[in-house]
Amino acid sequence: MSLRGHVHKYGANVDTDAIIPARYLNINDAEELAQHCMEDIDAEFVGRVRTGDIIVATTNFGCGSSREHAPLCIKAAGVSCVIAKSFARIFYRNSINIGLSILECDEAVEGTEAGDELEVELESGAVRNLTKGKTFQAKPYPEFMLELMRAGGLVEYTRRLAGKAS
Amino acid sequence: MGMTLAEKMLAAHCGRDEVSPGELINCRVDFVMSNDVTAPLAIREFRKLGVERVFDPQRVAFIPSHFIPNKDIQSAENAKYMREFALAQGAVYYEQGRAGVDHVLLPDHGWVLPGDVVVGADSHTCTYGALGCFATGMGSTDIACAMATGDIWMRVPPTIKFAYHGGLGRWVGGKDIILHTIGDIGVDGALYCAMEFHGEALGELGIEGRFTISNMAVEAGGKVGLMVPDGTTLEYVRARARREWKVYEPDPDAQYQEVREYDLSTLEPMVSLPSSPANAVPLSKAPRVEIDQVFIGSCTNGRLADLRLAAEVIRGRKVHERVRCIVVPASHDVYLQALKEGLLETFAEAGCAVCTTTCGPCLGGYMGVLAEGERCVSTSNRNFPGRMGHVRSEVYLANPAVAAASAVAGRLAGPEEVTR
Repeated sequence: MSLRGHVHKYGANVDTDAIIPARYLNINDAEELAQHCMEDIDAEFVGRVRTGDIIVATTNFGCGSSREHAPLCIKAAGVSCVIAKSFARIFYRNSINIGLSILECDEAVEGTEAGDELEVELESGAVRNLTKGKTFQAKPYPEFMLELMRAGGLVEYTRRLAGKAS
Repeated sequence: MGMTLAEKMLAAHCGRDEVSPGELINCRVDFVMSNDVTAPLAIREFRKLGVERVFDPQRVAFIPSHFIPNKDIQSAENAKYMREFALAQGAVYYEQGRAGVDHVLLPDHGWVLPGDVVVGADSHTCTYGALGCFATGMGSTDIACAMATGDIWMRVPPTIKFAYHGGLGRWVGGKDIILHTIGDIGVDGALYCAMEFHGEALGELGIEGRFTISNMAVEAGGKVGLMVPDGTTLEYVRARARREWKVYEPDPDAQYQEVREYDLSTLEPMVSLPSSPANAVPLSKAPRVEIDQVFIGSCTNGRLADLRLAAEVIRGRKVHERVRCIVVPASHDVYLQALKEGLLETFAEAGCAVCTTTCGPCLGGYMGVLAEGERCVSTSNRNFPGRMGHVRSEVYLANPAVAAASAVAGRLAGPEEVTR
């Protein structure tokens, strides 16, 4: 699967309160949550983001709360992929589970600026910066996670297993 | 090869003699929890699985905790959706008036025990690590699948060992130890890792101070914050356990990614300045800024020992005229006991607002939201920008004695500044 979009760039430790503040946690609808995505860290994000765009950040992206509302609202805002040097572990799991593509790649983060256009091939982990004419290689996914992603997320994966068992 | 505490518990829960860091395993879980914020999403995903019943209703809990009593119609709808599902499933459920902050209630009622693997749709599920329980936070979808199947996939984490030595000072407790540790290693210092806490300094702490330490493992990026049960732990567990439990210990030749030693004999109360838990400084070096609010409560520091400590500082004194001091006992049991001991009266006489149990203020949910430019000294666990309200409000994390002293002084202050 190939993804393509422009970059929104952030620094280290973007926490879940920055991605979706707790004052919106009584909302369960992803589209409605997306109206407040990144509100406290980047008030213009929602107006600027276009379908397919890519968030690039440095370390520990998504730290803090376990709220699945965070990857859900990023995905519903139209973001196709998040690339970071590292992710907080709950955010990492949540993203894989709900089908938000995420990649760990130090070089791509270093070699990318806000507004650059990126093309990402998920299975191979190749990240091409079309603006700068450079290609980077992300850490490959473990086979098990690729299986989860091919199944369409954890619910579909578990549903199939449960179906087999019964 | 020797195994760490985390490795031993995970091996036992996936039917293996041995596991190593980095391995992906499918793991049996002993208990699954969620709350009024995360359960609605989890239940929605559960319904997509084509499974009728949770794997074991006595091992699946739904705890109203975050926005209780319901703060608005939307929260009330969420709470109702959760309650109806929980009751239909016959799952563990506590209604308001019996409920509490999830991570205080569940151990106190003996649902989560030494040797368990517990997953919860809340990042502070790691609190139960203080009991020697492999407990970790996940999102709603993971929890939905665990509720259905009774198992979960995990990557076996590498373990970092933290050894704490030396006696603790008068006003120093679990909060100060963990803030000092996070200040040392950073908010991603234990990313993807198990934290294993050891040392004679921990033995000095009651079970409540230990919960405080394990509770904030996630603030260093940790997957779990584990302790080996001792006499204090087992006394607590025996009085409330609802089923069998098992004590695991790490092997003497366990392989740690890193071992960090701390001498705590000179440790002061610690304060994490805005806007990261890792901005930890000794109280003597913290600026004496004027404050607008104090919050004493949360899954970090809203237990009985915390309220006793805060009351000791505030007894016979008055909250500064400019300051709101909001005290929230972290469960109904804590509330009732604090009432019987006269602690709530002490707080009320001093001019504190004493509220019924909720997570509300900690996450800027409600019952103590900050306005632009306001400053709060809080006994909770996070101080990211906007955590407790407006994005340009400030949160100073501290222990309950420092919080109480600050309420009296009207500025960040230590207990000795107001009690001498």
